[in-house]
Amino acid sequence: MDSYIIKEENTLGIRARRIIAHVVLIFMTLLCLFWFYVLFINATRTNSEIMLGFSFLPGDMLVKNFKNLLADDSIPIVSGLINSLIVSGGTAILATYFSTMTAFAIHAYNFKFKNAIFTFILMVMMIPTQVTSLGFIKMLRDLDWTNQLWPLIIPSIASPTVFFYLKQYMQSCLPHSLLEAARIDGSGEFRTFNTIVMPLMKPAIAVQAIFTFVSSWNNYFTPALILTDLEKKTLPILLAMLRSKDWSTLDRGQVYMMISLSILPVIVVYMFLSKHIVQGLTVGSVKE
Amino acid sequence: MNTPKNKKCVSYNKWGYIFLIPFVVTYLIFQLYPLFSTIYNSFFENYMAQGGLIQVGPNFVGLDNYKELFSNANIGKYLGNTLIMWIMGFIPQILVSLLLASWFSNMRLRIKASGFFKAVIYLPNLIMASAFSMLFFALFSDNGPINKLLMSWGMLNEPFRFFSNIWATRILVAFMNFLMWFGNTTILLMAGIMGIDTSLMEAAEVDGAKPSQVFFRITLPLLKPILVYVMITSLLGGLQMYDVPQILTNGTGSPVNSTKTLIMFLNDHLYSKNYGMGGALSVILFVITGILSLFVYRSMVKKED
Repeated sequence: MDSYIIKEENTLGIRARRIIAHVVLIFMTLLCLFWFYVLFINATRTNSEIMLGFSFLPGDMLVKNFKNLLADDSIPIVSGLINSLIVSGGTAILATYFSTMTAFAIHAYNFKFKNAIFTFILMVMMIPTQVTSLGFIKMLRDLDWTNQLWPLIIPSIASPTVFFYLKQYMQSCLPHSLLEAARIDGSGEFRTFNTIVMPLMKPAIAVQAIFTFVSSWNNYFTPALILTDLEKKTLPILLAMLRSKDWSTLDRGQVYMMISLSILPVIVVYMFLSKHIVQGLTVGSVKE
Repeated sequence: MNTPKNKKCVSYNKWGYIFLIPFVVTYLIFQLYPLFSTIYNSFFENYMAQGGLIQVGPNFVGLDNYKELFSNANIGKYLGNTLIMWIMGFIPQILVSLLLASWFSNMRLRIKASGFFKAVIYLPNLIMASAFSMLFFALFSDNGPINKLLMSWGMLNEPFRFFSNIWATRILVAFMNFLMWFGNTTILLMAGIMGIDTSLMEAAEVDGAKPSQVFFRITLPLLKPILVYVMITSLLGGLQMYDVPQILTNGTGSPVNSTKTLIMFLNDHLYSKNYGMGGALSVILFVITGILSLFVYRSMVKKED
């Protein structure tokens, strides 16, 4: 009888807790999405409509705001989009390809400094780029390499975090016997890497490609110091320029449209791949 | 039998070095050389005077840049700003994340559409911080949608000037950091909770422990290593706080430098080409982040074993 009562209490308790959990989760969802809802609504309204007040329903000025933004010469959104795509795409490709290569070197071979190099990479992994950016930017300025996109792309060949993630993944998916088999079949090491290792690593590479693409897409600190020519600027720098303009004279519809355009590519990709991204988050980082 | 195999291994192992070349060369040129150059520059007087017309230096001045940096009260203020805004975001972040992570990983709660919820709470982490800040600036501006909403609901009689109020601006920065990071932390903690042996919790429940007791007496102590990891990496991230306050305040750290962070200060020096002071500040940041990184490194090595 006693145990029955306890059980009853527990089930009641769990029902209440389940409801609370769902209510809180729905609240957090709204808290996360509300800002973007307002953003997309306001991107479809005119400046005067936005000034009048907030509405939960979209307007019909989406195309007009888009055209206004394209026509605005002071904010070259098209070249900004292209520059951002080049930098982020290039970064994603180089970071994943060469990090897989580095991971492969550490995983598949035994050589003298292997452990020393691995330890070194782990130790420098957490050091933020900002603390070395003075030397980096001074070097670019001294060599007159500013206002070019490649200095933002090439350094990603050495990406310790991407390397670490791929190394963890490689340990679980790339048996040494496979490499032996490839050798017996007469495949050279470089060919083995390109035709066997890279395809095997595809799932992990895809996740890391997305992460490096996104973080490069969002990167503001270093690009803002390197890219000073208007037509070389990437989207985050253009947004900062927009912020430094006189707010009271800006066309709000155009501002919201510009913000939407900067974040929409990431949101669209995320909608399709969120499951893999969220799963991929934990594989390389915290693992028991 | 062993000798030829060993010989073969040796001949293959040179490929280890070959495959490392791209990483090592890139790292040396774009990371290690800049690091040494940064340290080197911190011992020189090297800046642009008269609005960038005349370059002063480089003259070797020893530790003068460091002395000037420390005698100037600003660096303490900016460190304080950075830490205050980090803590204001981090405390709700860790509490909410712990709560959500324990719910997501509690099988008996059977959270519906947990995949959807996880995807949504992680979303802000991927949003361009500068775009998110510009959005918040627009939404919280003096006649922006938030003020309009609050007035139409009768909660305000006249627009509240968020960006003229020290604490309102700081809270907005902290709130944005919270929004951008609590999803990430939730997922990390969830992985940690999943790693705990469930039989421990079941045993406690059989012994009559309440859910709160299970959480505080079993889950939390076992999560301590991951909580420490989350806290240190978050502090590392917090010290790098830049995009949000920079864009939100248009680089001024207004009102009265109350939201100016260390990296914003560094950015000022980099922008004005004051390589000496910028170098000294970078070296200080390097030492702080280096020490914190060692803790992260130690926790990672422990996990590897």
